[in-house]
Amino acid sequence: MIPKTKLDGNELTVYLSGDIDHHTARKIREVTDALIQEKKPSRLFLNFAAVNFMDSSGIGLIMGRYRMMLLFGGSVRVVSIPENLRRIMELSGLGGLNVLERSGELSESVK
Amino acid sequence: MSNEMTITFESRSSNEAFARSSVAAFIAQLDPTVGELNDIRTAVSEAVTNCVVHAYKDTIGKITINVRLTDNNSAIIKIKDKGCGIEDIEKAMEPLYTTAPEEERAGLGFAVMQSFSDDVRVRSTPGKGTSITLTKKLRLRVANV
Repeated sequence: MIPKTKLDGNELTVYLSGDIDHHTARKIREVTDALIQEKKPSRLFLNFAAVNFMDSSGIGLIMGRYRMMLLFGGSVRVVSIPENLRRIMELSGLGGLNVLERSGELSESVK
Repeated sequence: MSNEMTITFESRSSNEAFARSSVAAFIAQLDPTVGELNDIRTAVSEAVTNCVVHAYKDTIGKITINVRLTDNNSAIIKIKDKGCGIEDIEKAMEPLYTTAPEEERAGLGFAVMQSFSDDVRVRSTPGKGTSITLTKKLRLRVANV
């Protein structure tokens, strides 16, 4: 899966879809990191609206981008999280980093 | 009614989706909920990824999955490899512990397996391989009369 991306000023949105596992995470990581390095956005939105499945590889993917954006002085927001992925996201401790959009929160990426 | 199936495949990352989908397809005959099937897919994906990333780190080997459906509506899923084995199982099961940070592994594989199934058993012999047994109890539905 090659994710669709959108750059709006200094905000980069990556639209993930399908299954996120150890196999598919590699490509997503490559595409996203190349864009972060090239565009140096101050905000990165990871949009999960079209994701059907994710295992802990998805957590590694979010954590890795979180660290990378910190390095560049930016931040990450995970948005449009399907209900069936909430449990694994919350199990990860990602909630404590304030990167997960809360359930019912109006998506910041929808403008 | 009890039932059983076994699949064997190579430890290629492209087979991770095949493995979890095959197990879910077999268990579908017990009429699980969408949530239960998602739990099973997630736990199996973690176990198979461990085989690909750790057991057969720099090589390709065979992974065998055996699924047994029991009379009391449980699915017993055994994932076996003949890879490097685990030196310290207790350490390996600690949340956030990983030996593959360069692959961006979060160290949550076993934590996810434990959270998404009812029981996780690990048997491993260094140099010989590992077997993980996941048990998932499916709630009994009232039969249609």
